[in-house]
Amino acid sequence: MKKKWPRVFLYVILIIYAAITLYPFLWAVFASFKTYAEIVGGGLTLLPQNPTLNNYIHLFTRDENFVAWIWNSLYVAGFAAFLNVIFNSMAGYALARLSFPGKKSLFLLILALIMVPGQILLIPNFLIMRNIGLLDTHWSLILPSAINFAFIFMMRQFFINFPKDIEEAAAIDGLSRFQIFFRIVIPMARASVATQGIMSFLAVWNEFMRPLLYISSPRLFTLPLGLQMFNDLYTTHWNLVMAGSVITLIPILLLYIVLNKYFMQGFRVGGDK
Amino acid sequence: MKARTREGIQGYSFMIPALIIIAVFTIVPIGYAIYLSFTRVNLLAGTFEWVGFGNYEIAFSDPRLRIALRNTVRYAVFVVPAQTFLALVMATVLNSGVKFERTFRTIFFLPTLTSSAALTMIFMFLFAVNGPVNGFLVEWGLLAAPINFVEDVNFALNTIMVMNVWSTAPLFMTIYLAGLQDVDKTLYEAAAIDGANAWKKFTKITIPNLVPVTNYVLLMGIIGTFQIFDQAFIISGGSGGPMNATLTVSLLIYQFAFQVRGTMGYASALAILLAILIFVVSMIAKRLNKEESLY
Repeated sequence: MKKKWPRVFLYVILIIYAAITLYPFLWAVFASFKTYAEIVGGGLTLLPQNPTLNNYIHLFTRDENFVAWIWNSLYVAGFAAFLNVIFNSMAGYALARLSFPGKKSLFLLILALIMVPGQILLIPNFLIMRNIGLLDTHWSLILPSAINFAFIFMMRQFFINFPKDIEEAAAIDGLSRFQIFFRIVIPMARASVATQGIMSFLAVWNEFMRPLLYISSPRLFTLPLGLQMFNDLYTTHWNLVMAGSVITLIPILLLYIVLNKYFMQGFRVGGDK
Repeated sequence: MKARTREGIQGYSFMIPALIIIAVFTIVPIGYAIYLSFTRVNLLAGTFEWVGFGNYEIAFSDPRLRIALRNTVRYAVFVVPAQTFLALVMATVLNSGVKFERTFRTIFFLPTLTSSAALTMIFMFLFAVNGPVNGFLVEWGLLAAPINFVEDVNFALNTIMVMNVWSTAPLFMTIYLAGLQDVDKTLYEAAAIDGANAWKKFTKITIPNLVPVTNYVLLMGIIGTFQIFDQAFIISGGSGGPMNATLTVSLLIYQFAFQVRGTMGYASALAILLAILIFVVSMIAKRLNKEESLY
């Protein structure tokens, strides 16, 4: 290759796009240390003039529900992720490794259900939650999110390529199928398990529509829904919105930095055809 | 017990948690949604009155549905091509052997991970009358006076469009990047020998080789944009305002199901129609893309 793209031009594009990507985040982080007056004052400086921790102090000590929202979000997303890891892996294992009647049709059914748009399910699920008494409880957020068709599929692909002789050796040692699965197979599938866990946590943590429909007590809100409370009829408390948003974004950003490779693998599952 | 029977029982015991959840929260609801769409629901009295195709007939003459459809289609017609194009360009730039590729990719990806609720709130202030976007535009002399992007009928939907392109393009960029890595490198080398420039290589090799990826990206884009809800809900406080400017089909379904009394059956009919619409549009997009790839 003699003639390459002008390199400088490429870096200019990359840097501009990086700036456009980062600006809203940086703005929110810095604004969360500004006073309400400074935020709405319309200044263009990113850095706060008189940095203050008051917005955070207000959220953590004076807001009656904010701390509960953090716990709710952690609990709901964490629990859903835990169930996803176990249930998706079990289903994927059965579809890959065990032979039972109706297996093929079940597998095709799961593939077909990936296509169903969520909108159709919202109203009937609301009525089902209402009938079984789960409305306005965290179960209404956890249970429907406890499995994921794409990850069942991913686990099936993983277990199909998994060496059989390890399981056979364990079976000779007298371990039952469940023991083999939880003590030997799952620990060896660590990377796939981590990917599923993270992606499920992320999806439930960020979810807005389901909590909006199913949860009515402010005490039980998750963070994305709780943030809307700072936007009342008369005014939007931008200082609290920014601090609350930063707290909503932080756990995800930390996970992303620390466990980057699993995120990339996870989004590739969504991306593969 | 026979080994076959035992394995069958094991198979179902491994499947049972997933099967219960699929049955209760997916299979039953699909049937339930279809049933609801033929009824008039009175939640307080607990009655479901059969109205046949009544709800569907109403839908075809509902002026608000027409507005919601127009907004949703306008939204999709801008967002899907814009985010696909941006994703392809950024993936190509990242894939051209630049330094710090990983760092840039890690940064670009941030918006895709983060909560749409938090991001919409942040954008609402960035685009507010006294927010920094207006501040810069006025200071640089591009605007005489600040525009109320969030509450002006002419700008509210566009603000959501810009935000959505910003937040979903990186996901498709990653998918394109994976696709680019599969393109046969020798094609580029052969083209270079024939004296093709970068633009020629992009249009004659990169784009044709990425057609299956583009198919997938367009499909996901259409499915996503047609279901747009969170941003429209948050920016308008659930009303679809100002003056129905941010009223999307999903938001309309929400309003009829949970804000207006007695129209849950009608909302179900709209949800079914939306699903059919998404399916049809996706199929058309797939077909068009295939025909184009023949060239």
